[in-house]
Amino acid sequence: MSSSGFAETIVGRGNREGADLFREWFEELGRAAAEERGAAYVFVMGSLAELLRTFDFPIVFPEINSLQTAVRRVAHEYLDEAEDYGYSPDICGYVKADVAVQLRRGDHPMGRVPRPAIAVNTNACNTYIKWAEIWERMYGTPTFTLDVPGTREAGGQTWPGDPSFENDRKYVAAQLLELIELCEKVSGVEFDIDRLRENMRYANRMSLGWQRVLELNRSRPAAFNALTDGTIYLGVANALRGTEQGARYFDELAEEMEYKASAGLGTLSEELYRLIFVGVPCYPLFRRFNEMFTEPGGTFVNSTYLWFASGGSNLGFQYDLEHPLDSLAEGLLVSVRDAMDSMFFQTRILSDMVSDYEADGVVYHPIKSCRTVSTGLADSRRDLMESRDVATLFIESDMMDRRVVSEAQLKNRVDAFFEGLASRRQRAAIG
Amino acid sequence: MAYAAGVDVGSTQTKAVVINEDRNIVARALTDTGANVMRAAVSAFEEALRAGGIREEEVEYVVGTGYGRYKVTFGNTQVTEISCHGRGAVQMFPATRTVVDMGGQDTKAISVSPDGEILDFCMNDKCAAGTGRFLGAASSALDIPLEELGPTALRGQRPVKISTTCTVFAETEILSWLGKGKKIEDILLGVHKSIARRSAGLLRRVGIHDEVTFTGGVARNVAMIETLNEQLGLRVNVSEESHFMGALGAALFGLDHILASRVPAGERWEQ
Repeated sequence: MSSSGFAETIVGRGNREGADLFREWFEELGRAAAEERGAAYVFVMGSLAELLRTFDFPIVFPEINSLQTAVRRVAHEYLDEAEDYGYSPDICGYVKADVAVQLRRGDHPMGRVPRPAIAVNTNACNTYIKWAEIWERMYGTPTFTLDVPGTREAGGQTWPGDPSFENDRKYVAAQLLELIELCEKVSGVEFDIDRLRENMRYANRMSLGWQRVLELNRSRPAAFNALTDGTIYLGVANALRGTEQGARYFDELAEEMEYKASAGLGTLSEELYRLIFVGVPCYPLFRRFNEMFTEPGGTFVNSTYLWFASGGSNLGFQYDLEHPLDSLAEGLLVSVRDAMDSMFFQTRILSDMVSDYEADGVVYHPIKSCRTVSTGLADSRRDLMESRDVATLFIESDMMDRRVVSEAQLKNRVDAFFEGLASRRQRAAIG
Repeated sequence: MAYAAGVDVGSTQTKAVVINEDRNIVARALTDTGANVMRAAVSAFEEALRAGGIREEEVEYVVGTGYGRYKVTFGNTQVTEISCHGRGAVQMFPATRTVVDMGGQDTKAISVSPDGEILDFCMNDKCAAGTGRFLGAASSALDIPLEELGPTALRGQRPVKISTTCTVFAETEILSWLGKGKKIEDILLGVHKSIARRSAGLLRRVGIHDEVTFTGGVARNVAMIETLNEQLGLRVNVSEESHFMGALGAALFGLDHILASRVPAGERWEQ
């Protein structure tokens, strides 16, 4: 193949194949629904997909289903239906869209979603627990809430080897044994630890590939947009976690990004400002929201969303395949606590990101209907601004509900942010 | 002598200001924005020219600002009102480091550098509580003209507590206080205090540093100034031109452009 032919094939491959894989995954869910096979309903923070796949459960991520209704601009229909049913406008938009999907017997813009045979959640988000109870009441679905201990070190974190971490690991591992027993009962499939090892091996490969992909975006210009392209990659990271397909996708994605980085191919023709995104995207205005930043020459080079919502593994975390259950417990602990009670430890990560990615600004995007991810953002921003001289923008919208998203107000704030970035650059040039 | 102009198309009113090379305001005009935003911009600009006896061709650069800035189609560029209010406030009060701009539909808290550049800002979100519109609701509920709200409120002795966070429901709450026999001046003082509390909260988010300058149409309201002073524990700067601060900032950005374009390119690079 000629070099130009190679470039045509490889550039954009991740987006094309990501969309294909995502569609195929959903088609598989549709087949499960048609055959009336029940699925495992899980959440993006601590999904345990590696384990649940060993019982042949189709994996359903209700959060992803819900955000897809927003991206496809039909979320309002689902939200209205749940509100007509009695849910308050203040309840999490993801929950309400899913309730409407269930009321419609699984009918979703991407196909049909199978009913839940089992629901597995952690305490990373209190709403997860209430949400699973809804399915329990609707279908009698057995739900399993993993109690992941929060940090109890008064301003510090514990790590493998620390006595309290090891106690926590044992506590979580014991719960995994109970979960396995429940999965065997619900699925009728006997637990096979070698299948788990195999899935964990794929998850390890995916995790390394994902880490490499993100690192490659340190290149100038950035090889991909962490908000838009990144969300496609994130979809695959969740949907195909613990599969050979998923692992291969990220190997190939790293290859694409290596090519783009070495060829100097950027996501923008003229990259003026490099930005970091903190929070959950504004799915109801997904493309337009991003354009508000790309039009004045800004591109998102990294996003905290890409690691806290990537299926439950800290970036680059590698399972110890010699001790799969203990290691699975460890992975769950270190990833879930990031979403739970470690918001001030984000400052160091963000500060390193600003340096490593040569970022000009950090955009904080709290969302109205998710307290879990939004509550600490004001503090995180203050903390970062005290330690770094970096421009920040704090804008609020929602991940689902178009009614609380004002495009004109968002645009005004974003424009002012870029005026500030331009002034900063001018000042820096003058010295 | 060249002139620069700023046209601030706000949600309620459109303001135009023309300045000379000495950065002095030589003409100003104010008109209701109404439904035809483009016409309001043209009308304010033309009225300012007439008031100053200035020909259009003498104005070398026009900057549009405010929510309708992209409708200032005869302008040369657009700058957000956030940057413009910061710039205008520092021009009027050079020691300004924090600006509170209270307009028809939003209130902004802006932190600025000594040269008027924006360091940080925050605004009310998706709700007009704590803005000029909130006063408009009070004016309508009590049937008192807007310009009399401030003087009436200052006669209040025992302010009522206005707890609603919704401008629409504020009218209902005001009527319920009337029903309970409360005096109009006490109700109005309560309304002003409620807005001042919300605005002070925004200001604290960006940090209150050195002098605070109060801009925007609501800065003409004496009770708003007093309640804000009380809430912040300091005296805010208020200019006669407060209402025109955004348009002034826009004109100053325009003047920057005129002056920069006169410097030969080589010298610009050396600078």
